Amino acid sequence: MAGGTTQPRSFQEVILRLQTYWAGKGCAVLQPYDMEVGAGTFHPATTLRSLGPRPWAAAYVQPSRRPTDGRYGDNPNRLQHYYQYQVLIKPSPPDLQQLYLGSLEAIGIDATVHDIRFVEDDWESPTVGAWGLGWEVWCDGMEVSQFTYFQQVGGFDCKPVSGELTYGLERLAMYVLGVDHVMEMPFNDPDAPIPLTYGDVFRQTEGEYSRWNFDVADTDTLLRHFEDAEAECQRILGAGADDPRSGRRIVMAHPAYDQAIKASHIFNLLDARGVISVTERQAYIGRVRALSKACATAFLETPAGGADDAPSAGAA
Amino acid sequence: MPDLLIELFSEEIPARMQARAADDLKSMMTDRMVEAGLTYAHAAAFATPRRLTLAVEGLTDHSPATREERKGPRVDAPEKALEGFLRSTGLSKDQLEARDDKKGQVWFATIEKPGRPAEEIVAEALTQVIEGFPWPKSMRWGEGSLRWVRPLHSILCILTDEEGHRVVPVEVAGYAAGDTTEGHRFLSPGRFRVSSFDDYAAKLKRAHVILDPEERRERIRHEAQNLAFAQGLEVIEDNGLLAEVAGLVEWPVPLMGEIGAEFMELPPEVLQTSMKEHQKFFSVRDRTGKIVRFLTVANIEAPDDGAAILAGNGRVLRARLSDAKFFWENDLAVAKDGMGAWTDKLANVTFHNKLGSQKDRIERIAALAREIAPMVGAGPDAAGRAALIAKADLSSEMVYEFPELQGLMGRYYAEAAGLPADVAAAAEEHYRPLGPSDDVPTAPVSVTVALADKLDTLTGFWAIDEKPTGSKDPFALRRAALGVIRLVTVNGLRLPLQSAVPGGGVSDDLLSFFHDRLKVHLRDRGIRHDVIDAVLAMPGSDDLALVTARAEALAGVLATDDGENLVQGFKRANNLLTQAEAQDGVAYEFGPDEKFAEAAEEKALFKALDEAEAKIGPAMEAEDFGTAMEAMAALRAPIDAFFEAVQINTDNQIVRRNRLNLLHRIRQICLAAADLTRIEG
Repeated sequence: MAGGTTQPRSFQEVILRLQTYWAGKGCAVLQPYDMEVGAGTFHPATTLRSLGPRPWAAAYVQPSRRPTDGRYGDNPNRLQHYYQYQVLIKPSPPDLQQLYLGSLEAIGIDATVHDIRFVEDDWESPTVGAWGLGWEVWCDGMEVSQFTYFQQVGGFDCKPVSGELTYGLERLAMYVLGVDHVMEMPFNDPDAPIPLTYGDVFRQTEGEYSRWNFDVADTDTLLRHFEDAEAECQRILGAGADDPRSGRRIVMAHPAYDQAIKASHIFNLLDARGVISVTERQAYIGRVRALSKACATAFLETPAGGADDAPSAGAA
Repeated sequence: MPDLLIELFSEEIPARMQARAADDLKSMMTDRMVEAGLTYAHAAAFATPRRLTLAVEGLTDHSPATREERKGPRVDAPEKALEGFLRSTGLSKDQLEARDDKKGQVWFATIEKPGRPAEEIVAEALTQVIEGFPWPKSMRWGEGSLRWVRPLHSILCILTDEEGHRVVPVEVAGYAAGDTTEGHRFLSPGRFRVSSFDDYAAKLKRAHVILDPEERRERIRHEAQNLAFAQGLEVIEDNGLLAEVAGLVEWPVPLMGEIGAEFMELPPEVLQTSMKEHQKFFSVRDRTGKIVRFLTVANIEAPDDGAAILAGNGRVLRARLSDAKFFWENDLAVAKDGMGAWTDKLANVTFHNKLGSQKDRIERIAALAREIAPMVGAGPDAAGRAALIAKADLSSEMVYEFPELQGLMGRYYAEAAGLPADVAAAAEEHYRPLGPSDDVPTAPVSVTVALADKLDTLTGFWAIDEKPTGSKDPFALRRAALGVIRLVTVNGLRLPLQSAVPGGGVSDDLLSFFHDRLKVHLRDRGIRHDVIDAVLAMPGSDDLALVTARAEALAGVLATDDGENLVQGFKRANNLLTQAEAQDGVAYEFGPDEKFAEAAEEKALFKALDEAEAKIGPAMEAEDFGTAMEAMAALRAPIDAFFEAVQINTDNQIVRRNRLNLLHRIRQICLAAADLTRIEG
């Protein structure tokens, strides 16, 4: 690739450059959430923080799991475990598109040589009760990011509106590095004393998880875990705001939301095991959405959700 | 006479919404300006991915002044009345004029409204238009509450006349109008000032933006053809894709690239669908019809002439087609193995929770297909076999990826499985017709499976009481019923729905649903509803081909003078007879005797009826409704002459009875083919 910037040489360099770029633009660079999620959006730094009136700017890598996409490490670009890079800025700044294009330049994509397009793509997450409008961003015909202006999360109007950017890191890095099979992509510098490819790190685990996701995961156990997570989420939210031990008001939005995330991921696993019929599917999605909405409601009662702010701020 | 230029500059507007939005901008602005008293010579609207533009030529620079006189209360009316009048006119008492009227002195007010400058009217109209713009989907952004399709960045609004241009002072949700805009995002960054529409369009072009969508389309079409022709190839036309692609670029640059030889074995439909749906590529074919190149439309002119863009697009396509090839090869293996794995898999796919799995459904369809096959002229074994595999491709990987290829892939896979051509064709054709204008299959096996599929759907959903209501028809049952009607009528099939369909036939309620759809179908073909009612009242109304043939014959006869007058004659006979029967309490069914006929016209009628009956009987036997109805229409003159010359209710009771019996004979003959009492007029 031509252009002013030098080209990254490895997967991790692409990530590091994005981290540096967004840190330079004022984002708090967070770490991945320590739970299994289907996408970076599930990180509370996005779902919950996009709610309420308080400004927010965060960027982070999020390992994401999509059990049905497992291909035993054989497919050139399908993985059941992959990385997303996520940026959330609230309120969405007027120059967000320019900021985004700057991030592409930072990883070596020159927009005067490559064809960058913003193609309509409305985003909706039925399990989070969220939707927004935006685009998928194409680079030479390949989708490299999702760009969304959040309109609703957990059933609440987003005021102000957050701008969300999601980069599919493997696909983007493969493109920038000119690699055709994900497993052949250099993970660290190819000239490092111990050069490692993506395959060195993940080929085996892709195989292990594919087998477990598709054939071995015990569906009865999973079904029970789903019920447990759902019940625990509801119990946490039902516990009331007043904490007798500390004597404080503590709404436990985040612990409850953890259970919602858990239920969502277990649903994905059950789906991969092929035990959920078309009609049941809708019912499960509805149950997870109900949890997400309850968590969103709870978050809006917390300080970070703007509960203590002056009423003029205009919380949902 | 200034010209008006408006540009609403935003982040990327979805391609599918652009044309409509440009039209809306034009009609909403011009409507409001005209309503406010301005006139204009010409208006045109344009859209690119990032802007909506309206250019209005020859706008009047202000609305005309108006003067209105209003009559108020009498001078001696109570103070309250005068106060009300002053309030409604906005004047003070010393501005009123007392004039003599019939009933004494009356207050008169003269309200003068000065013309308003165009600036003011345009500003007001534009504010309303932006705030109430009918986007199919709109959004908020940042901290604002304005809704637009994507974030709005700037408003350009200027009036231009001989003295130069001026910005119309207008501000909407914090966006103040100016006289600047931007060019192409990558090729010509930065803002520039414009002074008129011509200046705007020229500067945009210099800044790599083609404003007019039509011009972008033509440029793509033209350059794409040139690229293909130069290599002896041809671009497969696709106007929908062309319009979409023209809405994704401000500076279209077509580029043609190669499709790897390893993908040439894929069916051309798979190549085309994959390239179009995923990549928005056009397909380019050689003289033999094989798709050999892809054509993409970039938004930039790159220094390497698009080499990097083509390389990137080629790589993405290779990945996509590798997937497709992988699906195709996996699918072929299953197909060659007899497709059993797919049909088994359909046992786990619910069709509807009250109607069982897809496999249950397919087995019902196959059983039905075997039963009705003889009536369609197909072999029961071929039809049953075709039905069993017709939906097998729903389990295939290719159809999972490209649902729009269902049926077509079924045919390819059935061929690969070594099934006979008519069985394979049924996999593709049994979904048809998909709508009122879709082709109707004619091959017997395809027709049989198509009918069995639709009839199973209809009887199934009727059995569980899931009928269409109002505008809700989630299972497309109206389309299924119309499909049956068209399959039966186009192929001239005799398939009485209540007697020939096994399992007791369709219910009366479902039959009347078919009748409703048939009415709509025939009405679209110019047959009046009363004609259809007249035919549906006859026995055999579950035989849709018969009903249609009768309706067409009746409509044909009614279109002639004789036919229409015959109906009048029939109605007169029928009314007289009905009255007499009610009055006398007897049915005049004995049959008239010619020996009691008195007038020559009466005797002539006897003869005419004999002749007509001689023709009508065999014609009805042969279901030759045209001939039967022509013979009826020939009765018009004798019937008219009879009524002209003869008094039915004479004093001679024998003659009267005989004439009433004669009327009965007219009635019977006329009702043989259709219930003419239902014909209106």
